[in-house]
Amino acid sequence: MAKMHLKLTVNGTEHECLAEPRELLIHVLRERLNLTGPHIGCETSHCGACTVDIDGQSVKACTVLAAQAQGAAITTIEGIAGPGGMHSIQEMFREHHGLQCGFCTPGMITRAWRLLQENPSPTEEEVRFGMAGNLCRCTGYQNIVKAVLAAAAELNAAKEAAQ
Amino acid sequence: MTEALPDFRLHRPESLEELAALWRAEPQARVFGGGTDIIPNLRRGLVDAPALIELGALPGFADLTLLPDGGLRLGAGLRLADLASETELAGGWRALAEAARAVAGPAHRNAATLGGNLCQDTRCLYYNQSDWWRAANGYCLKYRGDTCHVAPQGSRCRAAFCSDLAPALIALGAEAELAGPGGTRQIALLALYRDDGAAHLALGPGELLVAVHLPAFAGVSGYEKMRVRRGVDFPLAGVGAALAPVAGGWALRVAVSGTDSLPVAITGLPSPLALPLAAAVIEQIDKAVQKQVTPMRSTMVSSHYRRLAAAALARRLVQRLAREAAAA
Repeated sequence: MAKMHLKLTVNGTEHECLAEPRELLIHVLRERLNLTGPHIGCETSHCGACTVDIDGQSVKACTVLAAQAQGAAITTIEGIAGPGGMHSIQEMFREHHGLQCGFCTPGMITRAWRLLQENPSPTEEEVRFGMAGNLCRCTGYQNIVKAVLAAAAELNAAKEAAQ
Repeated sequence: MTEALPDFRLHRPESLEELAALWRAEPQARVFGGGTDIIPNLRRGLVDAPALIELGALPGFADLTLLPDGGLRLGAGLRLADLASETELAGGWRALAEAARAVAGPAHRNAATLGGNLCQDTRCLYYNQSDWWRAANGYCLKYRGDTCHVAPQGSRCRAAFCSDLAPALIALGAEAELAGPGGTRQIALLALYRDDGAAHLALGPGELLVAVHLPAFAGVSGYEKMRVRRGVDFPLAGVGAALAPVAGGWALRVAVSGTDSLPVAITGLPSPLALPLAAAVIEQIDKAVQKQVTPMRSTMVSSHYRRLAAAALARRLVQRLAREAAAA
């Protein structure tokens, strides 16, 4: 089919590319924009390894046509770390062994990043509910939940110190 | 570039008139809201469509309107995440918010819509599989094959309808607003469904679910769901129920999803009910659900288990609602 002209702002940078109507956002990100941080895990929208942020909401990029994101502001795992190094969530995943093989981690962290903006002080139950669409086959989730809670505490402490 | 999906034209109409013209020109085109149902199915080779029509640009499609009679009109384009946190749904209509919250995971709810959830495809162990899996099994009656592997002696598809929202809305007395070539019509939501897993929607050609209407409701309502993994799965059984005050007590409505090819509105429930509920009444509700749902071998979990689960969920939910109603 005739290609469409897509304009996307990804991690603050404007991108333009041509893509077919049938192209999924995950494929445009990985193969046209070379952002291979978001992974393709299950291809059935179960696992969440492809989670990205579209206009302030977590979305599974394997279940969205690139055309549906026309004009959107997208954040991928590549856009989470700041100029000063890793984001607190990334630090806490490392600190608390929130990853083993690491395949689910880009989706986990991108989702946790949005979750902590939606709810800066979640309970353990809220973290589990908020992260429920992201599957991990290694950790058993305990350390992922610990990492997200620790990141929330650290981000809140940093916010308080800044005020 | 990875070619995960078959080729199709993509349209994004900005009015119902434009949609009608597109659909006239391409009657085989399929419409979608967020795409969380149709995109995985496209990917698995379960959808033959020369064109897809994305509905997100239709004006007012995601509006939520309080009606003068105290009812609510919900645009079919409303996102499930918005329904889950909608303050208008925090009171009597809470079954809808509870059901929306119970759908899949957060990222699905951000994309998925009310209309898409209500018009989602039916599901089956022999259908929601990759093409090579289904090919090795001779396909099935629902798509490309001639035998239903769930009920090989039968003549119809037994795939299960798995919407969480439908039973909650049916318990609340919802109506569906449909727009099509013949104009607009409003029908009971239950009448949107047919008892055939391969053709479960009673929509005419070119007809679209544009909104759902909830009548004013003074009672309490809720939704309970059983699934394999709490985080992401479709219901093995999902029960919506509503208790409304009537002369002489309370009227109970119960509807079940995930067990049949269409949502089942449970009939013959005792009425009016007195609170607190007598043990014999709870037993009657349990028996009515067990008798009226017909789960088949369409999931990994046995049909008998799903029947018992539906009844247990109904019992648990009605007891919860009775406690809430008594406390109010």
